[in-house]
Amino acid sequence: MFRYIASRVLLLIPTFIGISFIAFIFIRLLPGDPVIALAGERGMTPERHQLLMEQFGFNRPIWEQYFSFVWNIFHGDFGTSIASKRAVLTDFLTLFPATLELSICAMLFATIIGIPAGIFAAVKRGSVFDQLSMGIALVGYSMPIFWWGILLIILFAGILHWTPVSGRMDLIYFFKPTTGFMLIDSLISGPKGAFKSAFSHLVLPTIVLGTIPLAVIARQTRSAMLEVLGEDYVRTARAKGLAPRRVIGVHALRNAMIPVITTIGLQMGLLMAGAILTETIFSWPGIGKWMIDAIAKRDYVVVQGGLMLVALIVMTVNLIVDLLYAVVNPRIRVK
Amino acid sequence: MNTYKKLLAASALAMLTGGLMAGGASAKTLVYCSEAAPGGFDPALYTGGETLDATGQAVFNKLVEFKPGKSEVEPALAESWTISDDGLQYTFKLRPGVKFQTTSYFTPTRDLNADDVVFSFERQKEGSPWAKYVDGASYEYFEGMDFPKLIKSVEKVDDLTVKITLTKPNAPMIANLAMDFSSIVSKEYADKLQADGTQQKFNEQPVGTGPFQFVDYQLNTAIRYEANPTFWKGKVKLDNLIFAVTPDAAVRVQKLKAGECQLTIYPDPADVEGLKADANLNVVQESGLNVSTLAYNTTQAPFDKPEVRKALNMAIDKKAIVDAVYLGQGTPAVNPIPPTMWSYNKSIKDDEYNPEAAKAALEKAGVKDLSLKIWAMPVVRPYMPNGRRTAELLQSDFAKVGVKVEIVSYDWQEYLKRASDPKHDGAVIIGWTGDNGDPDNFLATLLSCQAVGSSNRAAWCNKEFTDLIDKAAVVSDVAERTKLYEEAQVVFKREAPWATLAHSLVTTAMSKNVSGYVPSAFGVHNFESVDIAE
Repeated sequence: MFRYIASRVLLLIPTFIGISFIAFIFIRLLPGDPVIALAGERGMTPERHQLLMEQFGFNRPIWEQYFSFVWNIFHGDFGTSIASKRAVLTDFLTLFPATLELSICAMLFATIIGIPAGIFAAVKRGSVFDQLSMGIALVGYSMPIFWWGILLIILFAGILHWTPVSGRMDLIYFFKPTTGFMLIDSLISGPKGAFKSAFSHLVLPTIVLGTIPLAVIARQTRSAMLEVLGEDYVRTARAKGLAPRRVIGVHALRNAMIPVITTIGLQMGLLMAGAILTETIFSWPGIGKWMIDAIAKRDYVVVQGGLMLVALIVMTVNLIVDLLYAVVNPRIRVK
Repeated sequence: MNTYKKLLAASALAMLTGGLMAGGASAKTLVYCSEAAPGGFDPALYTGGETLDATGQAVFNKLVEFKPGKSEVEPALAESWTISDDGLQYTFKLRPGVKFQTTSYFTPTRDLNADDVVFSFERQKEGSPWAKYVDGASYEYFEGMDFPKLIKSVEKVDDLTVKITLTKPNAPMIANLAMDFSSIVSKEYADKLQADGTQQKFNEQPVGTGPFQFVDYQLNTAIRYEANPTFWKGKVKLDNLIFAVTPDAAVRVQKLKAGECQLTIYPDPADVEGLKADANLNVVQESGLNVSTLAYNTTQAPFDKPEVRKALNMAIDKKAIVDAVYLGQGTPAVNPIPPTMWSYNKSIKDDEYNPEAAKAALEKAGVKDLSLKIWAMPVVRPYMPNGRRTAELLQSDFAKVGVKVEIVSYDWQEYLKRASDPKHDGAVIIGWTGDNGDPDNFLATLLSCQAVGSSNRAAWCNKEFTDLIDKAAVVSDVAERTKLYEEAQVVFKREAPWATLAHSLVTTAMSKNVSGYVPSAFGVHNFESVDIAE
């Protein structure tokens, strides 16, 4: 077990080097630089530009900048934003819970609706429900997020007044966040009505962000179920007189779920891309919008630091999962 | 905790939060849907309008300020001022009894005095302990307005008198002092933070003398202010002011319609008619102090010949651009400064739109098979709603006179950087919103020889023009300055380094129960005089 853990931890070192290098070099490959953004249309003289580039250290050799970036990360310093002059780590920790909360809700929404819809469509293959739900899934998958978001806002917030337009909570509620997750914070320390407000603000962004994963999960569940339902053992189960619900729910579903769970895992990663647009439409203060703004302003420090923090979180989660696998399944340790 | 204590604690909390929680319902609160999050809370560190609104306009005052909605200045923290005959010494008499805000994080022990004014400028100079008080601090406005070279010294004469000495006369100086980077900050607060080793708080928790005092900032979400009870003009009508950060223009409109905010800015031009038709809303449209242009690169043949540039200008159907791109919310531009600015030369006639004459003029200039690149700006600005569409219209106009146009575009930062390089290839769509209402802020900033390589994107250096505006910058007599700027505009029109495209209307939309909002000519947003009916 110790050797296994050590090997997993050691594997993090090349991963860390690779990611840090990509995070560092990616933003520098784009044309433009962070200093010019400070002056806007006014522009600045070449001399002033040169001076600021030197002051920020962007004129140093690239390898020197890279090593000081990595060195600082090892000391817990992810840098200070050139545009806002705030610490990258502090901003990340403030904004990340918003993205995480939205992503979790979107994934729950996609899973809770997508899996039953997929199962039902497979069982009633060729029926109106099947064709309708898969048709809707295809539309959902192809829907431009931006257009979809605005459409929902106009309908549900603008015309029907069922939900708020944007934001995380009605601004009349004001309390210091504890966890950064509004649903939890509003229950712990929010005044009366805050939880309801937080929940209602989550509805539209959750639907918008969850639409594509929902479509993918529903379609994946349907095809996996169809494959399994055609297997001999399912036919046997039916032949021996098991109730249809038991055949589908126990025998077929468990095996069909393996590719579906893989899909859910992959979709969770892809949510970040959708989160950038969803956060912009719904004024959702998460890291997607933050990173996009930083890229637009060529804020090297925020982009490289932000990417590194996201990567570190993913690496840590992967490590924990790997270790848990080993605890659950001893064969992995031996391998 | 007994009931009494609970009640006491609850009311204290409600007071702390400015009565914003469900309990302080009677307070007058205005929610403003702003277009972006502020960079920070030190008005001298940033150039973006969203930060200036959140700092210089809401929290701070300047020695002099612009009259609401106007570009003339009036006394503010300085009650009066005198300028020496040689135009080098400005002596300001400060208003007595002005208090800095008392907040949960700072309690001032003294009123505003000359030390605060001296500190407010000295801190922005290289070498000051405050020059780099946060990582990456740079005072770009102070630099951009040439203050390090222009200001020789800022001295305290007595507690309520400050003398600013210049290195050379500079007529726009008073207007420059009304800009947000010239906000007067509290030296006492700065000293306290320095002693505590927490200087970065100067950019997080501002203390000023302005109409609103800072309560809280939720990153990229909302800024909360409460009325400053000791404001020297008397407490404002609003009790609370909230900036709700809403980057998307269509969402801002929806939030306004849904009552989630009561005032918003910069709607898409396509949404304006809908807003005007809404019985619950008021729409205010003002001529912005701005201009959009097509800046030729005057260093490259054949665009180095004024007759070629004039010929191209005659090929542009500006009215079509105003109709299609601005959806009628603008006016074709004749001069490089907007018509609302003093010294605007009304006698100048625009180049007539005449493709045939343009063609003939090009032939006469000996130009055949001309092709050029037009740069389409990739971002929306108050002066330019759609750079790509404008470029397409120009392309079709130029095609009519036999000029082939290739449209190019770059990411915005790259666009600005490349366009500043005098060697760039092609004509650049760009524009400007005035900072301070002085013609110098347009003519010198955008067209002087000194600005070639930075904000003079036409790379146009004309001695006659630059001499006129240099002279206008040092004389103090307004009539004489007006004459010089009018002459400079004649030179500009004759030489045509740009095709002036349009001046846009700036739109603000608000609920019917909001009153007293005065739109600023400079694109900043101030809520000092605003009231909201319950």
